[in-house]
This record gives sequence, C-alpha cells and structure tokens, in this order.
Amino acid sequence: MHELPITQSILDIVVKHAVTNNVKRVLSITLRIGELSDLEDEWIQRYFDYLSKDTIADKAILKIERAPVIMRCNGCSHSFEAKIKEKKEIACPECGSTKNFTLISGREYYVKDMEVQ
Amino acid sequence: MDKVRLIEVKEDILSDNENMASEVRERMRKKKAYLLNLMSSPGAGKTSLILRTLEKIKHDIRVGVIEADIDSTVDAEKVMEESGTTAIQLRTGGFCHLDAAMVTQGLDALDLDSLDLVIIENVGNLVCPAEFDTGATKNAMILSVPEGDDKPLKYPLMFSICHVLLVNKIDYLASEDFDLGALKQRVRALNPDIRIIEVSCKTGEGINTWVDWLRNEVETSFSG
Repeated sequence: MHELPITQSILDIVVKHAVTNNVKRVLSITLRIGELSDLEDEWIQRYFDYLSKDTIADKAILKIERAPVIMRCNGCSHSFEAKIKEKKEIACPECGSTKNFTLISGREYYVKDMEVQ
Repeated sequence: MDKVRLIEVKEDILSDNENMASEVRERMRKKKAYLLNLMSSPGAGKTSLILRTLEKIKHDIRVGVIEADIDSTVDAEKVMEESGTTAIQLRTGGFCHLDAAMVTQGLDALDLDSLDLVIIENVGNLVCPAEFDTGATKNAMILSVPEGDDKPLKYPLMFSICHVLLVNKIDYLASEDFDLGALKQRVRALNPDIRIIEVSCKTGEGINTWVDWLRNEVETSFSG
C-alpha cells in the first residue's frame, strides 16, 4: 500500500533531473532496491503510468535492480551474501560462525539512473 | 531524432521523509522528550502493552500517546478511558503506515513542554512502517507467540530496524509450536544488538523488565 507515495517521490526525482538536464523525454528509469525492502514491481509501474501522464516521464519504463543483502562476519571480517528469507541458519561461509554479523547493504532505495532523449 | 543518453541520478527515494524524520528527532531532543515508535502486526498487543506500561509509569513519567489507525478512534478512546493519559488519534486514511509528516501533526497536537515520553502506536503492519522513519528516538516491536517464530524470515527489515523486540503472549508458549530459541537466533543474525524481552500483557510476566528498559531510556537519553 505504500507504493503510491513512493511512486510520487520517484516521479518528483525524475522530473527534477530531467528539467536540469534539458531532457525532452524520459524513456526508462532504473531503481535500485535492496532485498530487505518490499516493492511490488507490477504495481509500481501501474502507479507510475497513472501519475506520470502529461509529464516528461509519460510512458517511461521502470526497471528494478535488486541489491543483495550483504553481511559482514564480525568474527573473521569476511563479507558475504546472506539468504535472509530462507529457513536455513545464516552462517559465515569463511569461518562457519552463525552469529554476530553486521548488515552492510540490502536497504538500498534509490533512483539509480535514467535513459532520456 | 535526439540521441538516447543515460543520466546518473543516485538519489534516495525516501529522502524527503528522512529529512523530516531528522527534524522530528531534533525537535524532541530540544524538548528533552523521548519518542518511542511501537510497531507490530494487528492483534499482537500494542494497545494492551501501552496500557500495561502506563499503569506502571504514569505516576512519575509524563506520557502522551499518538495512536494511528486506518480509520477508527477506538484505540485513543481506550487509552484515555483506561489510563487517563492524553492520546491523539491520527487517521491515516487508508495509508498503511505513519510517516514523519503525520507524526509531526500528532506532536503538534500535544504539549511537548509538559511531556517526558511520547509513544507512537503505529499502524498494525510488519511491512510498510519499517520503511518509513518516524523520527522516533528508538523503535520497538512486538511479536506475539501465535504469529509464529518464522516472522523474521518473512519481514526481515522490520526486525533489523528495531532496538527492542517484545515477544508477547508468552503464556501461550506451552500450547503453541513456537521455538523461542530459533526466533532469537534468526532475529540476532539480522540485528545483533537488539534487546529481546519476553512478556505477557495478560499475566503481567516480564512487564517490569520492559518498563525498566523504557524508564532507563527516558531518563538517560537526553541527560548530560
């Protein structure tokens, strides 16, 4: 349900950058979203199509890049990709530790770039 | 035909909310009033926990409550009737979470000069509220035993942003297939610094431990 305010925020960012770069048309927008965040791909495109009508970004396609969850083991300092939605215990592939990790990334939520004319 | 080119943007989608959340935090710091954001799924026991907490602290800590619901005022009425504490009801009008702008409205309706603590009862939901910083001093969440020990696998973000997790309804532990050890391990893998407190709002078990944590937070956060 929070896709609507999020989509408005994406559109505002896109239009702002389009104006400062003298863009005629925005063709596509790449979002980078961490695996920890929920964002419904299909719905966000629908909301975007609705909100972007009559703007410079009308008909632009949203591409979503998912950023993996990366953790660092505080025991051996090794960084690794964690499958946090699986039932299997998270373990450091280097030293085998199953606790004491620091979350390095996985919460990305930004507009990465856009293809324009 | 104009050439297609790529523009680097790299701009955070939630930055407006994050800026506003920082303003809320600054405002509370100046007023020396602690802001607690309480989250959980519907029915986990947010209102019951608030009532239990008020019972213990209302005589020496001045508390205000901000209640958020999609469209009802029952929680604020219940809190005011049962505890005599000022409660503001925010209707989110269909929105599934509170953002910093809505919290600001709630704070505007309270007299912060005469409060030490404001508790936000966020909308019952484990997804969206995790995404939106409210400007709270700290985040607390409740997971109740009947919901199951697998929730950190399904809603990892919520468990990773909270400073304290209350496992409520522990009076149900005997009758549920709930593995408290597995839950703790899953939560700590995501968030090693989280404080986990087991409580039962029904029997009162563990409530003192929680209240001690909260009291210490309120007393020490803005001193010195």
